[in-house]
Amino acid sequence: MKRLLTIALIALLAMTSVFAGGSSESTQNVATDGSTSMESVIGSLAEAFMEEHPEINVTYNPTGSGSGITAVSEGRCDIGLASRALKDEEKAGGLTETILALDGIAIIVNNANPVSDLSIDQIAKIYTGEITNWSEVGGNDGQIVLIGREAGSGTRDGFESITGTEDMCQYRQELTSTGDVITTVSTNPNAIGYASLSAVSDKVKTLLVDGVAPSEETVLSGEYLVQRPFVMATRSTEALSEAAQMFFDYALSSEAAPIIAGAGAVPLN
Amino acid sequence: MNLKKAKEDAIHFIFLILGLIAVGSVLVITVYLVISGLPAIREIGLTEFLFGQRWASTAAQPEYGILPFILTSIYGTAGAIIIGVPIGFFAAVYLAKMAPKKVCAFMQLCIGVLAGIPSVVYGLVGMLILVPGIMRIFDVPDGASLLAAIVVLAVMILPSVINVSLTSLQSVPMEYEEASLALGATSTETYFKVTVPAAKSGIFTAIVLGIGRAIGEAMAVMMVAGNVANMPSLFQSVRFLTTAVASEMSYSSGLQRQALFSIALVLFFFIMLINATLLVIKKRSQSV
Repeated sequence: MKRLLTIALIALLAMTSVFAGGSSESTQNVATDGSTSMESVIGSLAEAFMEEHPEINVTYNPTGSGSGITAVSEGRCDIGLASRALKDEEKAGGLTETILALDGIAIIVNNANPVSDLSIDQIAKIYTGEITNWSEVGGNDGQIVLIGREAGSGTRDGFESITGTEDMCQYRQELTSTGDVITTVSTNPNAIGYASLSAVSDKVKTLLVDGVAPSEETVLSGEYLVQRPFVMATRSTEALSEAAQMFFDYALSSEAAPIIAGAGAVPLN
Repeated sequence: MNLKKAKEDAIHFIFLILGLIAVGSVLVITVYLVISGLPAIREIGLTEFLFGQRWASTAAQPEYGILPFILTSIYGTAGAIIIGVPIGFFAAVYLAKMAPKKVCAFMQLCIGVLAGIPSVVYGLVGMLILVPGIMRIFDVPDGASLLAAIVVLAVMILPSVINVSLTSLQSVPMEYEEASLALGATSTETYFKVTVPAAKSGIFTAIVLGIGRAIGEAMAVMMVAGNVANMPSLFQSVRFLTTAVASEMSYSSGLQRQALFSIALVLFFFIMLINATLLVIKKRSQSV
């Protein structure tokens, strides 16, 4: 009986190792690496692309904008993904920037809140705890309740980098989805939150930022300031592999625009 | 004859394998958690990790202290037990001894439904009713807090507390009660001085199961507790051990991800402790 037991255990362990492994040989690979905020955009683009070209496998490694840029300049991937413009020294280091799409972030408050316009500076002061009462920005008397996203979220990263409040936000709640943020803001008259532009509904009031209402047009024209580019970074000196070039062209084609819009970003084409 | 024996053996072997699936799962999970949880603890340092008061996993200077999560989980569970166990216990006594048959059947049906409600629904109701309610009643700027989580958890542990206590109360032999009644005790005296002490171990089991359920709950808590890594206080936004893992896992990488596994390992250790307590209670009740 004891021997039976050991045999069975070994068999079980063997089975688990089979599940752990299991990779398939594919003919051509396109490796992308970088911004976690671009996950849904790149994910849906890759899915649609691979449906058309089953012989090509597009991989995406969510490591963050900085790591993606490093990876592409060191040749560890084909296309680096960054949710910010490349810095001058990065361009000088041999990288080319191609903007794939723009990402607008809406600032939302409760429908009962009389405030309708804030400047970027006011928003930053509110989130760092310098302004704590709505009366200081022309609203009713009431302590401002800051709603944000969890650490690592692309929207949080985008919001904090645009307003310059990285690691300084005094959140009252950190929620894990855009839907939760909208629901929470809609139930608390003193709440303020941020959410991807495409997800905002009339359950909450969308604020003007420096007098500009967020929309696809104002994001594209650059008038709406709480936005950032989704960038594909490539090596300037070296041509992309055939498969990578196909994916690159596909991502910028008009065919891909509705897919990008569906994933919550504003396509350029 | 030999063929028959071989057939018997084969069937035994198949059943053994099926039984071992559960054992294997526990083994794989334990080994995996320990292997993936230890590196971050080694890198951060055990005391720094367990007793650090600041969690800032994505900051430029990351800090990985999980004391706020540990204390929140302990306070939250204790709060849920303090509120939930008395309600569940008295409800079980009522159902076992005093309730008319029809009332009892109806209540048990409701408890069954309560047990079957998915935790995300608890969370949703908590988020839409309880959180704004707390905000208004206690006049705090925001209702997402430790208190909201405690209330949700207290309701969530009710079914297991009631059902397990009920079973143990019902299995107390009639003769005990009859003897007490024959000696002139009132029925209420009998229930609380004879039946309940006789069902003691079952009731303890119910409490421990409640603790297990409360400490392991993630989804409902995540929706009402606010999830900011503050040190626990009743009206503050707090983060539990479970929600710390669940909320950051999807986008995590590197040391942050490893640290999340380490949190899971700490949580696993707590659950093991609870299971060990259960075993001790069972052993003791058998030896009495």
